[in-house]
Amino acid sequence: MKPTQPCADSLQQARLARYSPGSTKASARYLWPLAALMLLLAVNLLLDAGFFQLSFQDGRLYGSLIDILNRSAPVALLAIGMSLVIATGGIDLSVGAVMAIAGSICANLLLQADLPLPLVIAAGLATGIAAGLINGTLVSYLKIQPIVATLLLMVAGRGVAQLINQGQIVTFLRPDFAWLGSGSWLGLPVPVWLVIVMFGLSQLLLRRTALGLFIEAVGCNATASRYLGINDKAIKLFVYAFAGFCAALAGMISAADIQGSDANNAGLWLELDAILAVVIGGAALSGGRFSLLLSVIGVLIIQSLSTTIIVSGLPAKFNLLIKAVVVLLVLLLQSDKFRRQLSSWWPKLRKWRKGGQP
Amino acid sequence: MLLLSSTLALSSLAGATTIGFSQVGSESGWRSSFSESVKREAAARNIDLKFADAQQKQENQIRAVRGFIAQRVDAIIIAPVVETGWAPVLREAKRARIPVVIVDRNVQVNDDSLYLTRIASDFTEEGRKIANWLMQKTEGKCNIVELQGTVGATAAIDRAKGFNEVLSAYPNAKIIRSQTAEFTRSKGKEVMESFLKAEQGGRNICALWAHNDEMALGAIQAIKEAGLKPGQDILVVAVDGVPDYFKAMADGEANATVELDPHLGGPAFDVIAAYLNGDKDIAKYINNTGELFSQDTAAAEYQKRTNK
Repeated sequence: MKPTQPCADSLQQARLARYSPGSTKASARYLWPLAALMLLLAVNLLLDAGFFQLSFQDGRLYGSLIDILNRSAPVALLAIGMSLVIATGGIDLSVGAVMAIAGSICANLLLQADLPLPLVIAAGLATGIAAGLINGTLVSYLKIQPIVATLLLMVAGRGVAQLINQGQIVTFLRPDFAWLGSGSWLGLPVPVWLVIVMFGLSQLLLRRTALGLFIEAVGCNATASRYLGINDKAIKLFVYAFAGFCAALAGMISAADIQGSDANNAGLWLELDAILAVVIGGAALSGGRFSLLLSVIGVLIIQSLSTTIIVSGLPAKFNLLIKAVVVLLVLLLQSDKFRRQLSSWWPKLRKWRKGGQP
Repeated sequence: MLLLSSTLALSSLAGATTIGFSQVGSESGWRSSFSESVKREAAARNIDLKFADAQQKQENQIRAVRGFIAQRVDAIIIAPVVETGWAPVLREAKRARIPVVIVDRNVQVNDDSLYLTRIASDFTEEGRKIANWLMQKTEGKCNIVELQGTVGATAAIDRAKGFNEVLSAYPNAKIIRSQTAEFTRSKGKEVMESFLKAEQGGRNICALWAHNDEMALGAIQAIKEAGLKPGQDILVVAVDGVPDYFKAMADGEANATVELDPHLGGPAFDVIAAYLNGDKDIAKYINNTGELFSQDTAAAEYQKRTNK
């Protein structure tokens, strides 16, 4: 019995070293993005005293905080998919266009009389998976660089959506489908529930099986992981298909939200917001470690910032500048090097002030 | 000789006019109905229309115009993508004695003899019209929230200018919140949600003024979800006149819009016909600002626009 004990110990240690949510390093990873989010919410409270007010109205919670969660939903879904793609060292620029395609497919199917809702949703999701499989095949089997492979669909995809919609904004009157975007359940908007469910399922799939580890391994070193027996091509194909699925869901939410499919504007530039959120969440674009929770926090930061800008009453021309400055600050706060630099300046600054005051 | 000249005269009189039309592209529903209307009008007048879609690129437009000049068309209509860079190709057209009519957006050239005339609606006038309507309706007392178009777009700048011009005469009316919603429906909804929260659930807002109908349509949904009645609790005014907005007006959820007239083909062909028939006294700018529509006629107008 005795000789096995050290072995079990080291196994336990290895496990802890791999995933130890309680270790100091992990908590530092969560600290700065969370601090940034809290700070933004505090600024909102200063601008608008009723910011944290929640009321119950027509069977749903109503307030600015709920709005932020609700408006975050499409980008949060994109970011969940994007986290995995980025973890393999790839990038998916096409998710915004895939949103537009899925939205246009659903909108046009809804115009056909009496198609059952599940069929419409399945068609939308299948579109997303198909688009993801195209991306994944180009990247993993044809060895095209991810940024180029997905750029194709980013540019062409919007054109496909415009073709499907024949250049018009296709509107539909289907309360059952609109429920996906503007309905509510147990007080919370449906898009928020969809994000929660998607987040929970992905987390289970990635962390309760070896899949998450495989994805990180492929991102760290695809060749080494292949020698370890991981099918790196299949993993890459999977993450792009997964990102496509998430994008389709996001596209259906935004189409359902305005009860129409606007091929020109649905999901426009949202791929960049999703990438930004993943980066704010601390993931490296070179691949490897990822955290879905941090990516979602990144999304919440971006959305709170948009709300802050709207509530602030500043002229619209400052929007993008403010966004850029705040994102830069958040990223700087997360940089160890910058924080060390800052803390090394601090004593000097105090000394200088003391010296300056006789 | 007589026969030849008479057939020549006949051909030019009997509607064998050839006109080249360089269109921006088909980026929006409004643009498509603009193209369709020009084609329909040309067919009705028996004009041989050469249509060139520039896919939002000026170099394609310039190439198309050079092509028209080479084909020696009787006149050229340009709906320009951008305002600048038109002088060289317009000079070529002038040298070939082909009249050019500019429609919709403007061109910037030092010498305005390079084109025959410009036909467009006046964005500032649109803003003034809708503001006047709103001020009459509310007797000059109103807290307005504004959804701006894309930052820097001419339509957004000039519509706001016209609107504010009228507003300055009414001390009790003011814009309490203003933010861009980028001319899109989803942004309109998102920004309006925040406005409603920031203004005590919308109780403080008397009217919504959107720089286009799409944003207003998004905002209407936000108002409904906040438990208020758009069109009653919060008046809704916008510009463009898209079919969906007429439907919203017919349903009582929106109040008024000024149509951005897509039927620019008719006036353009009229001017060209007048010029070719010897009328050299043509104004350099023809104002084609659309009418204001309100709920009274909305149902009938919606019928008209959907059953073409």
